[in-house]
Amino acid sequence: MIVTINGSAHEVADGITVAQAVRTLTSATTGVAVAVNDEVVTRGAWETTALRDRDRMEVLTAVQGG
Amino acid sequence: MDDLIIAGEKFSSRLIMGTGGAPSLEVLDQALAASGTELTTVAMRRLDPAARGSVLDVLRRRDIKVLPNTAGCFTAGEAVLTARLAREALGTDWVKLEVIADERTLLPDPIETFDAAERLVADGFVVLPYIGDDPALARRLEQAGCAAVMPLGAPIGSGLGIRNPHNIELIVEAASVPVILDAGIGTASDAALAMELGCDAVLLATAVTRAQRPDLMAAAMKEAVRAGRLARQAGRIPRRRYAEASSPMTP
Repeated sequence: MIVTINGSAHEVADGITVAQAVRTLTSATTGVAVAVNDEVVTRGAWETTALRDRDRMEVLTAVQGG
Repeated sequence: MDDLIIAGEKFSSRLIMGTGGAPSLEVLDQALAASGTELTTVAMRRLDPAARGSVLDVLRRRDIKVLPNTAGCFTAGEAVLTARLAREALGTDWVKLEVIADERTLLPDPIETFDAAERLVADGFVVLPYIGDDPALARRLEQAGCAAVMPLGAPIGSGLGIRNPHNIELIVEAASVPVILDAGIGTASDAALAMELGCDAVLLATAVTRAQRPDLMAAAMKEAVRAGRLARQAGRIPRRRYAEASSPMTP
């Protein structure tokens, strides 16, 4: 299936979890937040939340700004 | 100097720093140290797997409280989602709410800002909204439950100083939450003026991070904010059209 992660399309295994998808970008689990289809997925739910075809996942962190 | 209190939390520094514009994390670190700040903003962006080092590490090492902002948001919906992501990532329910109207001026959009502020307050956030120098909007945001108001002196990064000191004074007069002068500061005298006008704190970034010597300008800003606060508390003399002799006129 295809999911969009931070704006680019990725072919991923069916049933991939948010936690697995995050690990393709970073090993960090703190300082990072995830939204799927504009809804926050709390860190406690990363392992149990599966992505679905066409989902849009955003993985954000703090950067210099403001 | 007396403490700054925002939402019940005490800060002994009245200088709030931003982190944008610094050429490196090392330069930023030195500037933050020289500024004496205890509260500093960061932005939320897509994670870059290639990025080395983190602004969060710099703040953590300096024991500076992190204040996430919603920079880059154009709508209330985007700002609310960004604030929620920041809360999740950083473990703070404080947010500098920033909803801009267009990229050329980066001026805050009052309608979207107010909408987002109401939603974030209802969601339990400590909301510090960035706004124009509009006394009516500042009052409405305070009534909506914001923990502070952050009127601009001039557009972000412009270094134009405080374009409408009269409006800043009107905001200060009416506010019972802290007023934080945010954006437009160019040099130390601008920061001092903000405090002399009665602002409770100053937030600045570019004036320091893009100065030729960021650490030196940060030290200047620290002194300016302190001097301005003391002058405000001391009570300045009234302006007069003509001289008033400071020595006895008769021998």
